Amino acid sequence: MTVQTWTYILVGITFALYIGIAIWSRAGSTKEFYVAGGGVSPLANGMATAADWMSAASFISMAGIIAFAGYDGSVYLMGWTGGYVLLALLLAPYLRKFGKFTVPDFIGDRYYSKTARIVAVFCALIVSFTYVAGQMRGVGLVFSRFLEVDINTGVIIGMIIVLFYAVLGGMKGITYTQVAQYCVLIFAFMVPAIFISIQMTGNPIPQLGMGSTLNDGSGMYLLDKLDGLSTELGFNEYTDGSKSVTDVFMITLALMVGTAGLPHVIVRFFTVKRVKDARKSAGWALLLIAILYTTAPAVSVFARTNMINTVSDQEYASMPAWFKTWEKTKLITFEDKNGDGKIQYVADAKQNELTVDNDIMVLANPEIANLPSWVIALVAAGALAAALSTAAGLLLVISASVSHDLIKKVFKPDISEKGELLAARLSAVVAVVIAGYFGINPPGFVAAVVALAFGLAAASFFPAIVLGIFYKKMNKEGAIAGMVIGISLMIFYMLKFKFGIFDGGKSAVAGLQKDWWFGISPEGFGSIAMLVNFVVSIVILQFTPAPPEDVQEIVEDIRIPSGAGQAVDH
Amino acid sequence: MSDKQKKASAYWRENVRYLFLLLSIWFAVSYGAGILFKEALDTIQIGGFKLGFWFAQQGAIYVFVILIFVYVRLMNKLDKKYGYNE
Repeated sequence: MTVQTWTYILVGITFALYIGIAIWSRAGSTKEFYVAGGGVSPLANGMATAADWMSAASFISMAGIIAFAGYDGSVYLMGWTGGYVLLALLLAPYLRKFGKFTVPDFIGDRYYSKTARIVAVFCALIVSFTYVAGQMRGVGLVFSRFLEVDINTGVIIGMIIVLFYAVLGGMKGITYTQVAQYCVLIFAFMVPAIFISIQMTGNPIPQLGMGSTLNDGSGMYLLDKLDGLSTELGFNEYTDGSKSVTDVFMITLALMVGTAGLPHVIVRFFTVKRVKDARKSAGWALLLIAILYTTAPAVSVFARTNMINTVSDQEYASMPAWFKTWEKTKLITFEDKNGDGKIQYVADAKQNELTVDNDIMVLANPEIANLPSWVIALVAAGALAAALSTAAGLLLVISASVSHDLIKKVFKPDISEKGELLAARLSAVVAVVIAGYFGINPPGFVAAVVALAFGLAAASFFPAIVLGIFYKKMNKEGAIAGMVIGISLMIFYMLKFKFGIFDGGKSAVAGLQKDWWFGISPEGFGSIAMLVNFVVSIVILQFTPAPPEDVQEIVEDIRIPSGAGQAVDH
Repeated sequence: MSDKQKKASAYWRENVRYLFLLLSIWFAVSYGAGILFKEALDTIQIGGFKLGFWFAQQGAIYVFVILIFVYVRLMNKLDKKYGYNE
């Protein structure tokens, strides 16, 4: 059977499964819609969190980015996993004890202020929308490459599927589809990795294969071989980076803190029964995420080595079929600059003749390694599972922010349960349509902004939540000022150094690099904006009144794990 | 201060002490071994891995997972000690 037939079969089966689960787990109340009724088991919640978290970026892009960045790619590996330690130790148990529906719920109640709530809603919407547009794009990419439909048709098919189960099932539907999606995506990621690890090193465990000797009889370590190949072609040694230590440090910190501050991840911990379940499910989530995250760097090493061996200094005419197929999507381009008919793949931009997009490494890897068609199709189904599960989680945050935090809590407090549920469903529909629009017409900056969403989350939510729990006297003036200044500073730095808005646009960006504050890239600046947020909050606190007694009692209460019960209805 | 409050603040102090301990390890394996001391650790090679590189791409992640499960155990015990378990 061809790859395409296999893809139709596997994608068809998985989609039918997701829809089936959605019908079986329809939401009947706002509590089911927002927090799945509050009785999800720690393991199920761990799986759902893992799928929620691992997006098209983790599944498709990350291994590819690392394949080209080598050691520098470690920022994603440590950043996107280390955040869970912060989440488990500093946030999840206390937010679960607090027991409401959304992150703005916590900010609004803890800081006894509608303004704080509205600021939080605003931050949640910015973070979630930038993130979801990237997912829709990922769905479109997979459809266009594997099912050979138009990229826009792909986005629309993805929209309909997500719409169906997010609108119907709310958090309840999403949770159980995410459990299924985790299984699909981890299987799809591991199977080709194991195949290739055996092929190249004879070791079936990719994490170990990465550090093993090559299978070709040379007895050379794979990583040494890759270091050698990289320097030969003029690149940095693979195991050594080109970024400064400060920048690596700051980017890792921004990604960690941003991960802990992402509303769609935090909200998953509202769905378990007790505080101890919240802690445990954070452990499960990270364990399940770590399976993919420790395999990804191995995949990067295999893919990069394989690619260099296949293309470097070879005749263009003798390239295998996958090379031509990806050329059609423009994600691989070859320009024979010296006219010798061979592919020169080198670091020097003037002589380099081949550009390969980061995003195709995982998708093309099984083809490069000549794996059977069903494995290639499986990767497509896994990538779709990763993109759809994250998109659904984000859409839920957006719809809850609108229906619960804005309509119910600010504009129309007397809305009925039924009315709120309808509002939640309608806002999910609107959110899907907007996300789909951006998926079809990506405003150029989507990919860049997705990476910066972490900086935005780090600069806004993280300090406000941590101070709210660990600093009983923190008041609304401090928290609001911190969030507003933190996120504004981050947006300013982004606009200045990522988009060059104040210096004549995108073309000026490269020249501005020398002006980076303390040599920190926009990706790492979230760390600084977060520190500023903390400092501003604490300074303002000194000059403004302490929070009322009942709020301080709330803080004392959330520090005690017992009596969380169910998420409180209100 | 009532007994109830005393108990609560003793529980909180122990909790915060655990957090400091665990987060120091969290910092040491990622920012320490994987970033700040990466160069120095890279002079040690285990199998095909340079040690600093291994911490940055594999080791730190394994330690993170272990840290959370250790935290879960410690806190479950602490909850029992203070009668906050359920």
